[in-house]
Amino acid sequence: MMDGSKFDDGSTDAQSGEQKIRNFNINFGPQHPAAHGVLRLVLELDGEIVERCDPHIGLLHRGTEKLMESRTYLQNLPYFDRLDYVAPMNQEHAWCLAIERLTGVEVPRRASLIRVLYSEIGRILSHLLNVTTQAMDVGALTPPLWGFEEREKLMVFYERACGARLHAAYFRPGGVHQDLPPQLLVDIDEWADEFPKVLDDIDELLTENRVFKQRNADIGIISEQDILDWGFSGVMVRGSGFAWDLRRAQPYECYDEFDFQIPVGKNGDCFDRYLVRMEEMRQSLRIIKQAIAKLQAPEGQGDILARGKITPPKRGEMKTSMEALIHHFKLYTEGFHVPTGEVYAAVEAPKGEFGVYLVSDGSNKPYRSKIRAPGFLHLQAMDYVASGHQLADVAAIIGTMDVVFGEIDR
Amino acid sequence: MTTALQELGTHIEIKRPDCVLSWDVSFDELTVDVARANIVGFVEFLKADRTCQFSTLVDITAVDYPERAQRFDVVYHFLSMYQNHRIRLRVAVRDDEMVPSITDVHASANWFEREVFDMFGILFSGHPDLRRILTDYGFRGYPLRKDFPTTGYTEVRYDESKKRVVYEPVSLVQEYRQFDFMSPWEGAHYILPGDEKQEEAK
Repeated sequence: MMDGSKFDDGSTDAQSGEQKIRNFNINFGPQHPAAHGVLRLVLELDGEIVERCDPHIGLLHRGTEKLMESRTYLQNLPYFDRLDYVAPMNQEHAWCLAIERLTGVEVPRRASLIRVLYSEIGRILSHLLNVTTQAMDVGALTPPLWGFEEREKLMVFYERACGARLHAAYFRPGGVHQDLPPQLLVDIDEWADEFPKVLDDIDELLTENRVFKQRNADIGIISEQDILDWGFSGVMVRGSGFAWDLRRAQPYECYDEFDFQIPVGKNGDCFDRYLVRMEEMRQSLRIIKQAIAKLQAPEGQGDILARGKITPPKRGEMKTSMEALIHHFKLYTEGFHVPTGEVYAAVEAPKGEFGVYLVSDGSNKPYRSKIRAPGFLHLQAMDYVASGHQLADVAAIIGTMDVVFGEIDR
Repeated sequence: MTTALQELGTHIEIKRPDCVLSWDVSFDELTVDVARANIVGFVEFLKADRTCQFSTLVDITAVDYPERAQRFDVVYHFLSMYQNHRIRLRVAVRDDEMVPSITDVHASANWFEREVFDMFGILFSGHPDLRRILTDYGFRGYPLRKDFPTTGYTEVRYDESKKRVVYEPVSLVQEYRQFDFMSPWEGAHYILPGDEKQEEAK
């Protein structure tokens, strides 16, 4: 028989009757375009249905937390760009907030506004990448091509602010590294006027697209209980109708003076999370517009660093003042000392709650710093969310969880 | 903010005096020191209590203090999305002690506890699957302990003749650079070259 229960010579299988069917184990990744980096999933399949999913992470583990213990606070800042390299400045923000809370430094208003502006640019960078590549995972090629064009423009804004397209090191404890040139604000404003058109185009490509809907609607449904059990944050929460956003719930920086809305989904599936991300980009644009208006207003002018022991002196001062020169030298060799204490600072990064737990022993190096990445918890729930779905849905679910291995593996 | 946390701290201490060793509010954050044996019950209480409602586990990590008898602090962070407040729990653990796992209360503790085990070698009793998570397959040692060198012990390279990746002991071309910036008249614990003669002269 064809099913192997009876052979040509007339003998039968030891297990006569129905043939025993064995579950199939496959390795998904680490070299798979839909694995978003270096994710290795060990999947147990029953036909095409996922029975069990065991993510193996750590292939991009660089030991960031260990390295940070032997570097000064300022030297540690660039490590944060390399965590979630899709939206680098949002990570730096958490680190700066932690240091500022421990040292009690007040950030000048202009620096605060610039931080908000660039955090929102980072949010658009991240969502743009996620929405479009998730679409690619489920079979659409055009959205990433269109989305990356806009990302390129945003990275130019990064570059014009700090000189680097990706690894910015722009947010510094006590403010931001450099002031923005006035023309840059004008250009960002102009871009913000044009960008809704691009969003509409992507929207048109995807939202009512039959294939995209079939691949995303009713896939990976997250309930309120799941959110609590698995510690979700960010869009994973809001996609299920839970209006939780740290920018609103526990305002940091000067988010409390901005007018924006928190979009929420209804069904908690991949499609709703896509819709939430699209709307969040529109809301980010609103914040960007407001931030630019505030930065251009007379009240928004001023210094961009809290001048004191943790920030460098002005360049001009160093030409005439010996103290300023010594201060500059000591700051960039020894670094500043942070008072003893422990603090947990969290920001609403594009992917969810990104936090830094910082333990200081009063020296110039952190005694311990723990990076809490949102993707770590999201990926942990992979077994729970993907079980019972088709193999092809795994790609859609990884995409919607918005995992980036820089931050998960650290 | 701080007064609300003070009230919360008092509330928790009154409700569970057996678990709370001490608590304080600093930098607008509530920290509670918890006895190791009672951690699971205490976390369950924090989740169920109407005033607390710490339903989300944010983070579990550890801090190594090699000079202490109770060498490690296991640190838990919780968040209540309903009451909008946070709490930090600290459990002091000896080198040879096991911490009860809270995976039954918070499913999300699974990977966090695996990470703490991986990085510090702290064992969690009752954990369903305590494997290493971030380090290499077959890795030895616990990297985030203070006595583990930043460079590690082994390095890997692809061996052309063996046609596979080989592990070798670390050999540094240049000494690992750790500068000491402590100013000599403030807190240096070493004798500067030449200064040893001062003692002899006396």
